[in-house]
Amino acid sequence: MKKIKIKVNGKVKTVLKNSILSDLLKNLNIPIKKVAIELNQEIIDKKRTNNIKLKKNDKIEIVHFIGGG
Amino acid sequence: MEEDDLKKDNLIIAKKKFDSRLIVGTGKYKSMLECAKAIKFSGAEIVTVAVRRVNISNKNKPLLMDYIDPKKITYLPNTAGCFNSKDALRTLRLAREIGGWSLVKLEVLGDKTNLFPDMIETLKTTEVLAKEGFKVMVYCNDDPLMAKRLENSGADAIMPLAAPIGSGLGILNKINIQIIRKQTKLPLIIDAGLGQASDATIAMEMGCDGVLVNTAIAKARKPFEMALAFKNAVIAGRQCYNAGRINKTLMGNASSPIEGVI
Repeated sequence: MKKIKIKVNGKVKTVLKNSILSDLLKNLNIPIKKVAIELNQEIIDKKRTNNIKLKKNDKIEIVHFIGGG
Repeated sequence: MEEDDLKKDNLIIAKKKFDSRLIVGTGKYKSMLECAKAIKFSGAEIVTVAVRRVNISNKNKPLLMDYIDPKKITYLPNTAGCFNSKDALRTLRLAREIGGWSLVKLEVLGDKTNLFPDMIETLKTTEVLAKEGFKVMVYCNDDPLMAKRLENSGADAIMPLAAPIGSGLGILNKINIQIIRKQTKLPLIIDAGLGQASDATIAMEMGCDGVLVNTAIAKARKPFEMALAFKNAVIAGRQCYNAGRINKTLMGNASSPIEGVI
């Protein structure tokens, strides 16, 4: 299977072509309920991550709340 | 005074009622445990939080939500670190996506050293957020004209600084705060720059609806005791404001009657 490079939170990751976003999130151990996800600067509906296939050079941002003033 | 009178004196923001008028920040603590404990001592029901990237290389890093239950404490996502409208909008749209938060704190900074707000970007962003259904509490300068414009842009609360963020200088321009208080019916919350409990009391005595404190508690020698001090200071100031202070006079006015002096 062909591999592609994507960026997750600014870090390069290699995944299989046509990988599913929800699988990536599972592999990264992401607590879905406590995060928000952006794919190429667009917010993703968290319920639909199993419908999204990853493409070459996709940029994913996963954010959560931390301490702040 | 009936006890009930005190209970009715709620802080109301975007139609939501709160008993505590002290909002605390969750930054700068030594640990999340210390932060959670300080919040308990402060009695705060609203806490500010920042939106940041998840650390994907350390999967076991503790999460804020594991220490501060968002079902019990209202999270107020902020835009700390944003220097333009685009970044602030992106941050708050993401914050809302995390779990439906629409009550947010907008702060668009203009200078990395003094951390003063960029009011032009702030105004622009407030307008967009209000249109998108956000309830926006806005960090701003202590400028009555800008406060008015924010109100007209759809802000849900005006949050002028007392002094630069984290400076601990206290309220530098009381007159401006008083003018803003006079002109707005929106919740007025002093945000940033408070250093000690009495600063909070002064803000409340002036008729502000609340104060937001982070550094003064988090960086105190004893954060829990300071959290309690600020809690009491806010209550004292509010009670004083509600009670109505006496007029100032130049000359003395004896408290004991003259009649019957031996």
